[in-house]
Amino acid sequence: MNILLLAQIAKTMLLARLKQSVIAAVGVTFGIMMFITMLSFMTGLNKLLDGLILNRTPHVRLYNEIKSTANQPLVLMDKEGKTLNMISSVKPVDRTPQIRNSVAIIQNLKKDPKVLGLAPKLITQVFYNVGSTDVAGVINGIDVLAENKLFYFSDYLIKGNMEDLNTMSNTIVLGKGAAEKMLVDVGDVIQVTTPKGARYSLKVVGLFQVGIADIDNVQSYASIETTQKLLGVSRNYLTDIQVKLKDLNDSPDMARLYAQVYSCDAIDIQTANAQFETGSSIRTLISYTVGITLLIVAGFGIYNILNMMIYEKMDSIAILKATGYSGKDVMKIFIMISIIIGLTGGFVGLIGGFTLSTIISNIPFNTPSLPTVKTYPVNFNPNYYYIGIVFSIVTTFIAGFFPALKASKVDPVEIIRGK
Amino acid sequence: MEAKSVLSTSNINKFFYDPVKMQVLNDVSINVNQGEFVSIIGKSGCGKSTLLYILSTMDTDYQGEVYIDGEQMSKKTHDELAHVRNEKIGFVFQFHYLLPEFSVLKNVMLPALKLNKLLHEEIEVHAMKLLKDLGVDNEALKRAGQLSGGQKQRVAIARALVNKPLIIMGDEPTGNLDKKNSDIVFDIFREIAQERGQAMLVVTHDPDFAKRTDRIIEMGDGKVIN
Repeated sequence: MNILLLAQIAKTMLLARLKQSVIAAVGVTFGIMMFITMLSFMTGLNKLLDGLILNRTPHVRLYNEIKSTANQPLVLMDKEGKTLNMISSVKPVDRTPQIRNSVAIIQNLKKDPKVLGLAPKLITQVFYNVGSTDVAGVINGIDVLAENKLFYFSDYLIKGNMEDLNTMSNTIVLGKGAAEKMLVDVGDVIQVTTPKGARYSLKVVGLFQVGIADIDNVQSYASIETTQKLLGVSRNYLTDIQVKLKDLNDSPDMARLYAQVYSCDAIDIQTANAQFETGSSIRTLISYTVGITLLIVAGFGIYNILNMMIYEKMDSIAILKATGYSGKDVMKIFIMISIIIGLTGGFVGLIGGFTLSTIISNIPFNTPSLPTVKTYPVNFNPNYYYIGIVFSIVTTFIAGFFPALKASKVDPVEIIRGK
Repeated sequence: MEAKSVLSTSNINKFFYDPVKMQVLNDVSINVNQGEFVSIIGKSGCGKSTLLYILSTMDTDYQGEVYIDGEQMSKKTHDELAHVRNEKIGFVFQFHYLLPEFSVLKNVMLPALKLNKLLHEEIEVHAMKLLKDLGVDNEALKRAGQLSGGQKQRVAIARALVNKPLIIMGDEPTGNLDKKNSDIVFDIFREIAQERGQAMLVVTHDPDFAKRTDRIIEMGDGKVIN
């Protein structure tokens, strides 16, 4: 009852100075709106940029590096370790990039509950023959469906059809840069030379562009079967198994585990792309800093306006106190005033932030490097809205607390006698 | 039948420290009984208003004791004192001191709503009746700022009466009014004291006003002279 009465008094005081109250609330609205818009936009961009690399990078990649064994026979012989063995000029013997026992590994991985999916791959160096010159290139033999599902390959396809890789043999999807060098387009046929010297004709069924010149100028994709045929190897011959996990943070542990269990090399995404993690978290930090600064500025606005309001309302405070309202009551009234300002301002800010984000997400954004992106990327994450409203209440509470404390300490005698 | 004391003090002393230490009140002991209409007079600066604010419980910086309705005030917390003011004391000031943002009726109701002894509707009926008794019921729904000086003072009296306090204190309640309004206010006070049995304690420098009260407490240099 008491609190309702105080709320009513707070409301009347707010409405009596509607213009001032609205200005204070607009400060909060603006702060929250910009906070949400900034974070949504920044993290949207972040996601897009990270996605360029992270979407296409497996969480764990199993492969076989060509290197000499760590345990040379001589070392294995010397069990007691009493002699000093020196071997110079060690060379790897008979090692190929093939993953041994790939069929069993794939079957095993598919059963692992932590694994979201996997895509086998066969990578080989080739030369693209352009007239009499050769251009170095790489053909990725992929399982088209798995690659598309896990690494959104079709997002980067700017021309042609992915499915043709599966349905037609001896087909290839070229990087845009590579295609431009060779002056070919979809439907044309190119010549490639394999590392073993064999020449093949492949039909171009699509062009892709990821926006990174090193990739677009060099890489191309074909089905695993086509690539195996190029190399003249068996159907089990794979050089990479790309694993996507359900939780990205498990990657380092899983990579270590797989390397041990399957006796091959394994690299996790964090190790392979450490710089993206750092960049992305710093960008997020910057957006939070700017957003919170905006809110604090809005908080100072509220502080000022409430302070002014209290000077104006000195007489009213004195009367309330003289007629039996305690200091605590007066304090509650002013805290309520500031929280009402904060809540209304914050709520309108949420709507404003959402509206502004929606507008931004509809602005055309055409960049040649990102063929599938047509508008500015915005991340509509509900968390920013929660943070926004909580922060608006907290800031206004703090901004209102000190003026309210001052109001509660107003000495009515001084005011009444001062007239 | 001996009249019941609603307000009494014993040996109140008060000092001002700014700019120099100065004694404003010197061993003031007074008593006001139920239904009594008492005025305090004295020259400017004799401490009569200072005394009133100590009696009102708003000023707590003094030595000595104040008893309201038999209860010792110096031992109470600020919140408890606020409750005493709410329930047992009504105020009328020289300037109207209504809350300008609220309607006249709401101004009268606010102390009662705080006391929270009656339902909202009952308070409203009671406040309307008081406004009617004081002849300002037609203005009930206007904003307090829209009234004339005399009307404001009558509303302030209605507000002072709304919780049926034991004692009503006035600090120059007619000081800002013309003769006609001043007479009206006096008559209202007279009636309050006689018919409702509520005590009146009024600080004034108007000798005509004081003469017509039951008892005059004259002060000079911080002491009760008479």
